[in-house]
Amino acid sequence: MLAYIIRRLGYAIPILIGVNLLTFALFFVVNTPDQMAQVQLGDKHITPEAVQEWKAQRGYDKPLLFNPDKSGLSSVTDTIFYEKSLRLFALDFGKSDAGRSIAADIEQRMWPSLAVALPTFVIGISVNIAFALFIVMFRASIFDTSAMILCVALMSISGVFYVIAGQFFFAKEWNLVPISGYLSGADAWRFLILPVIIGVISGIGGGTRLYRTLFLEEANKDYVRTARAKGVPELTVLFRHILPNGLIPILTSVVVVIPSLFMGSLLVESFFGIPGLGSYTLDAIQSQDFAIVRSMVFLGSVLYIIGLLLTDISYTLVDPRVRLS
Amino acid sequence: MSTSAMDVSSVDVSTMNELGFRLHFLWSDILIFLLAASLIGFAITLYRSPLSRARWAQVFESKIGVAAFMVILFYVVVALVDSVHFQIQLEQTSESSEVHYAPEAKSLLDVVLAPMQGKDEKTYSAPFAIHSFAKATVELPDGGVAREFPRLLHGGSHLENEDEHLVDVMVKSLTIIGWALIPCLILIALHHAFLRKSASGLPWPVIYTTSAIIFLIATWALQMSEYYHVLGTDKVGQDVLCGALKAIRTGVLIGTLATLVTLPLAVLLGISAGYFKGWVDDVVQYIYTTLNSIPGILLIAASVLLIDVYIETHPEQFKLLSDRADFKFIALCFILGMTSWTGLCRLLRAETLKLSQLEYVQAAHAFGVSRWRVITRHILPNTTHLILIALVLDFSGFVLAEAVLSYIGVGVDPSMKSWGNMINEARAELAREPVVWWSVTAAFILMFVLVLAANLFSDRVRDAFDPRTSGSGKSDGGKVK
Repeated sequence: MLAYIIRRLGYAIPILIGVNLLTFALFFVVNTPDQMAQVQLGDKHITPEAVQEWKAQRGYDKPLLFNPDKSGLSSVTDTIFYEKSLRLFALDFGKSDAGRSIAADIEQRMWPSLAVALPTFVIGISVNIAFALFIVMFRASIFDTSAMILCVALMSISGVFYVIAGQFFFAKEWNLVPISGYLSGADAWRFLILPVIIGVISGIGGGTRLYRTLFLEEANKDYVRTARAKGVPELTVLFRHILPNGLIPILTSVVVVIPSLFMGSLLVESFFGIPGLGSYTLDAIQSQDFAIVRSMVFLGSVLYIIGLLLTDISYTLVDPRVRLS
Repeated sequence: MSTSAMDVSSVDVSTMNELGFRLHFLWSDILIFLLAASLIGFAITLYRSPLSRARWAQVFESKIGVAAFMVILFYVVVALVDSVHFQIQLEQTSESSEVHYAPEAKSLLDVVLAPMQGKDEKTYSAPFAIHSFAKATVELPDGGVAREFPRLLHGGSHLENEDEHLVDVMVKSLTIIGWALIPCLILIALHHAFLRKSASGLPWPVIYTTSAIIFLIATWALQMSEYYHVLGTDKVGQDVLCGALKAIRTGVLIGTLATLVTLPLAVLLGISAGYFKGWVDDVVQYIYTTLNSIPGILLIAASVLLIDVYIETHPEQFKLLSDRADFKFIALCFILGMTSWTGLCRLLRAETLKLSQLEYVQAAHAFGVSRWRVITRHILPNTTHLILIALVLDFSGFVLAEAVLSYIGVGVDPSMKSWGNMINEARAELAREPVVWWSVTAAFILMFVLVLAANLFSDRVRDAFDPRTSGSGKSDGGKVK
């Protein structure tokens, strides 16, 4: 097991290098730091000196890959690629283009993101599983068909509408919860409840439909038919046989997103003014702070790869037939 | 970027005061027509094979499938009509023989929507309103001034007596629908009388109803726009319905173009990875794991930001505002496509791995059939169902993504009409008191109908084409018909 994990982590390195090279190419080769400086400084202040100063302040004035002015090792290390891209491997995010420490920002903003994303994730999955199981109980009936059409309809609504409608009715018209904002500590729940509800509702359509298919696959298997033939009551079949076995593909398929919960949701966080990583990223995108966007891309990939690893491990935990090799 | 103009100015159109016009192609126009042509070609190829014809028949014999198809067809036709751009010739002011054209390109849809355009109010007004939404200072006949809701310039301006307002709306609606029903009924009756016997198993009542409903709504909205603003007006007083209809082109185009970009990458890489195995497989797997590991929305946002920087630093390449918007739009489609081909690629790789172990492929190898022939004759045709299902599913995904991206600020150019931009503006409108709800509702309805139709259609396509569901579709509980 341990050897497997270590080997899988070894596979992750070329992928992270690939991500690194891709972001490097996007942010420094396709668009040179000169162009970034022009955009950041705006039309009025573009003088060659101002551009140089902007670049020097942020360390973008070095050569891209190889510094011929330095000798020895520092001819490679005193470059943009080393300073800005390779350093990410040590989770050294450096400073944002506005001059703040990105690592400190991430550490501080991670918790509000998690406070929204984790309840949304847990409640969402439980609700979807419950609905799916309920629909499977009435499979091949008019209830099943209409529930599926409802699911497709729910899936066809853009996430933005869920947020807009939720904010409009719950917060503005009925005054049940504050429209947006965030408090740390025990009072946070008043601000969290609406984002969580909306996050859950917006996922119901797709989730329920997918889980229903998985449960149905299980319900058509031979051992379930045998159980029914033996005279096991329908509810027992549902909860003793279909549910536990159907949960295996469901749980293993959601494990991959668990690490990424830290990243938060761009849409929900910015609509509700929650100071998490999602709104952090969005602000960076809108103010064109490339240093933050770069760091978040890298962090996101790391978390995704951890998620893949967790998925593989979870397979062995829930299904002893799968061996890691 | 976009002036591959064709000169047809010799054509005189009497309704345009005998002014000429010339066609003006934006790059996205050319792409959408190429796309439509290739889709028709694809459909013809599919129609030749009896197996796929039987499967398509299954799609179109289901009521939901055919109704969804009619709705999608309506959207596509609107998008195509909106993609024929031309510039109207300006009146010759001096004696110089040089011909000048209007700087702004119009589309055929603008001609159809003429009743809604050029009737701008000052600011917001509710659907069918005759009064403005905001109070303004009005001069009274006796010389005094008062703060009140002024009458709209165009909406309901034919009414002499304000009390007739509601009655007038009802009477006009009923008259229009009554008149519009007549051609529907005649066509249906004719079809029923003469063609019914030769028709296949298509559910004609559903086709009649769907097309009649689309026709009635379209006629009603168009005719009522002569008198009222059917969906109200926006902040600068433009007709909301007109804007929402113009946004259809953006939505349909983003869905189809981005899907088209994913296709060659996914098919080429997926099939070669599964067929050649070895290092090709390793490389392809590496590429898609790397791309997958980057959070999609961040990769899209980063790429769009870079496009923005490119546009800002190369202003000389984009002379017209619409050129700029069009370039950004096509770039966005490419970025969306480039970041979302991995799912289909993985499916195709797995399917090809499975197929290449089958006896008939092994037999083809043993007979000395070349690899290229094996791929094109034996593997590719057997993966069509996967490609087809992914195509339709991706389409609705991209239409939805546009709204989110425009909200984040990395979507289509703000000067372009799109549902995402409408929703974005709506956030401020919903905070007003009383609420301006019509703009966001219009975007919601038009978008919802398109995405719902695409989703339902893709369901039917999956039921018909996926060997797993088409065999056991009924025992699955999924209603095939």
